[in-house]
Amino acid sequence: MERTRSEILPGVWLSHLRSDKFKTACLSLNLLTQLKRETAAMNALIPYVLRRGTTAYGDMEALSARMDELYGTAIEPVVRRIGEIQCLGFYASVPEGEFLPGKKDVLRPAVELLGQMLLSPNTRGGLLLPQYVDSEREKLLEMIRSRINEKRGYALFRCVEEMCCYEDFAVSRLGGEAEAEAINYKKLTRQYRSLLQTCPIEIFYCGRESVKKVTAVLRDALVTLPRGEIDYEIGTDLRMNALEDQPRFVKEEMDVTQAKLVIGWRLGDCMEDPDQAALNVFNCVFGSGSTSKLFLNVREKLQLCYYAGSLVDTQKGLMLVSSGIEQEQFEPARDEIFAQLEAMRRGEISDEELQSAKAGVASDLRGLMDSQGELEGFTLSQTLAGLDYGPMELASLVEDVTKEDVVGIAESVDCDLIYLLCPNGEGEEEEDNDADA
Amino acid sequence: MMLTRKDYPSIGETLWTGTLPNGLRLRIVPKPGFATRYAVLAADYGGAHRRFTLDGQSVDTPAGVAHYLEHKMFDLPNGDNALNILSANGADPNAFTSSGMTAYYFACTEGFEENLRMLLHFVTTPYFTPETVQKEQGIIAQEIQMGEDSPGNAVFYNLLGQLYENHPVRDKVAGTVESIAEITDRVLYDCHRAFYAPSNLCLCVEGDVDPQRVLEIALDELPGELLPVPEADFGPPESPEPSLRVRREQMAVSAPQFIIGAKVPQAGSGPEFLRQQLVSQLALRLLVGYSSPFYNRLYEQGVLNRDFDYEVYFTAGTGTLLIEGESPDPMAVLAALEQEVARVCREGFDPTRFERAKRASMGARLRGLEDFDNVCVSLAAGVFEGYDALESLQELDSVTARECLDFVRENLAPERLAISIVEPKGATE
Repeated sequence: MERTRSEILPGVWLSHLRSDKFKTACLSLNLLTQLKRETAAMNALIPYVLRRGTTAYGDMEALSARMDELYGTAIEPVVRRIGEIQCLGFYASVPEGEFLPGKKDVLRPAVELLGQMLLSPNTRGGLLLPQYVDSEREKLLEMIRSRINEKRGYALFRCVEEMCCYEDFAVSRLGGEAEAEAINYKKLTRQYRSLLQTCPIEIFYCGRESVKKVTAVLRDALVTLPRGEIDYEIGTDLRMNALEDQPRFVKEEMDVTQAKLVIGWRLGDCMEDPDQAALNVFNCVFGSGSTSKLFLNVREKLQLCYYAGSLVDTQKGLMLVSSGIEQEQFEPARDEIFAQLEAMRRGEISDEELQSAKAGVASDLRGLMDSQGELEGFTLSQTLAGLDYGPMELASLVEDVTKEDVVGIAESVDCDLIYLLCPNGEGEEEEDNDADA
Repeated sequence: MMLTRKDYPSIGETLWTGTLPNGLRLRIVPKPGFATRYAVLAADYGGAHRRFTLDGQSVDTPAGVAHYLEHKMFDLPNGDNALNILSANGADPNAFTSSGMTAYYFACTEGFEENLRMLLHFVTTPYFTPETVQKEQGIIAQEIQMGEDSPGNAVFYNLLGQLYENHPVRDKVAGTVESIAEITDRVLYDCHRAFYAPSNLCLCVEGDVDPQRVLEIALDELPGELLPVPEADFGPPESPEPSLRVRREQMAVSAPQFIIGAKVPQAGSGPEFLRQQLVSQLALRLLVGYSSPFYNRLYEQGVLNRDFDYEVYFTAGTGTLLIEGESPDPMAVLAALEQEVARVCREGFDPTRFERAKRASMGARLRGLEDFDNVCVSLAAGVFEGYDALESLQELDSVTARECLDFVRENLAPERLAISIVEPKGATE
């Protein structure tokens, strides 16, 4: 796959990957802005309001009908948080003309539509329609509140929120409830216009068309993009150490059957010059996949849970371990998780463990080349980290990771917070669950 | 032993097909240019295959046995674990059990042949002891408990209970903490012997592989004998109507979650069944899809949001209509659906909308071809039901508005519909 990155309009960058092995092309457009509590909910709302209608296709039904016409082209809002950068925009999936009747080219009309959604929303007197803003604000609030529905994700979110309570990273990708409630159409229009002028824009394309053609199509579709001074001063603040000497402990009760344990660490000094390859291998040895220490010990050996896994966030420098357990098993599970980390610090990593982790990480990275969605996420993340290598290059760096590299990371991590979500009424009769209904 | 090649020029795919002397069905989709190689070994056996006849004896197994078996299949006689061996070899292995199928699979970029050998070996090598079976109970009990906290699970299984009076599809695939306590090594051996003969398995491979080598490895690794497979007993036929129209449960959720459902009797097997799947999906797209007047009206009214989906889920001889989402007023969604069904039955589908929906469906199916996992599992499901899943796009082309309308008329009459709701505990905040 040929990969290029170029500035196609002021502050608008295109990462282009030519590949003819897929049936659909993928194109994403992301506005990048600093994640802040005051603006996060507003920013998150914008693509959803834009998805409601354009000057040419006034409402959602007309817009969706147009996408159907373009052979099920899907252009949907996407809002992400990568480190402390909020990325908002659209992800488009466009069938390749090669497989359509009459070999129709739908890329150009699809990108035109994307451009209209971004730049020509349905407005009145230059303002976003109040009924669209109000309706999408309520739906955003529903999305924010629905976090509690999925307990595993909720517990992870709460651990990060508590752990980073003095940092912008505590703000979720969708922003906070109170800030969302305060949004109105006038404020939102101002924010929308300001983002268009100032945000760096990252576009990703993967498909059959040449960089020349994609650039031309995009330039035409974005010709009316108003640009002011681009704000490149965005980034992520790293905190190397835990907030307090001893890990903080936060416990929350909810009407659930199974307790969720999440433990958060700062990756620590290793973030001064983060070695992505080594961090990935470390994570795999410790807690990702079925050869990891957490899987083999917390689940298989001690049978404390159905899942116990770790993830690292190399942008913000965090590691999170999450597990679903019986509440009585909280202490044994927590102790075993720490014991496995201690073992790694002592260098208790067998050649097989290291080898299988390296093979697994490298295989995942090579496999990423076969998925446009994963390539898109990887590329955006690399760009924000200021790294210019692709998955294949990273896969070969993985081969060089040593046991010492992995032990070094285990020594560097610093536990910051332990979060436990547990069933209501600890110590009471379990049968008595009608009382609080 | 020969493989047959079939080309699908309009979607740019090729399929190699064969059946081994031991009855194993083989499907291979070569994908030059891709690094990922994917293989799934699927058994025509799932959570619903609880009652069957073995050696002339009628066997009735506890709920959750197919899923329990799936967990224990990874144990090898020498004490090794196939999951670990595959992972150590750089593969990404896993398995799932649905009501109608158990599937073991891996994706890898290196060492494909070795991994394929291991997959074929461990799935056909049962090894259970009272101790290893006992040991798994704690892990599966935690998995079951995790499911109990899932509103998605609750709203789904409550609905199946409303729709099906006897069919075992109504029971949770993983069983209950009580039912799995009855599972012994003997039960697992019996179920393995009954349902894991190669004649009841299907191997689907996608990736840059040599089809002939896959065939050779399958011949090499699998038992050679052609064995009969018992017919499962899914109980007496079901009546078309649900036994309970509305069911509510309270859980820790932010807003009511709902599924509107109906039984959709399966249209035989083979190409007819494939067509039924295509027709039902297109009909639902027209009736309630994201570009439908129904969805857009309710969305604007604040009755529906983006958390909304629809399908007919076919498994273990059953077909179940599922229209699901989140709503402050699920009963209003049901009322609006009934009105829309009545209107469509009177007026038919608008021809322009029909053509557009068909295009959209084509695009969605093309997108589905990107996903190896989806392609291989669909191929396996097709093998068990006697159709070729790769023919979907071509078949879709000839689907008519009339068929879609008939589907709605036959399956979505008001007396056929049930609704399952999970609502927030107590008063809302």
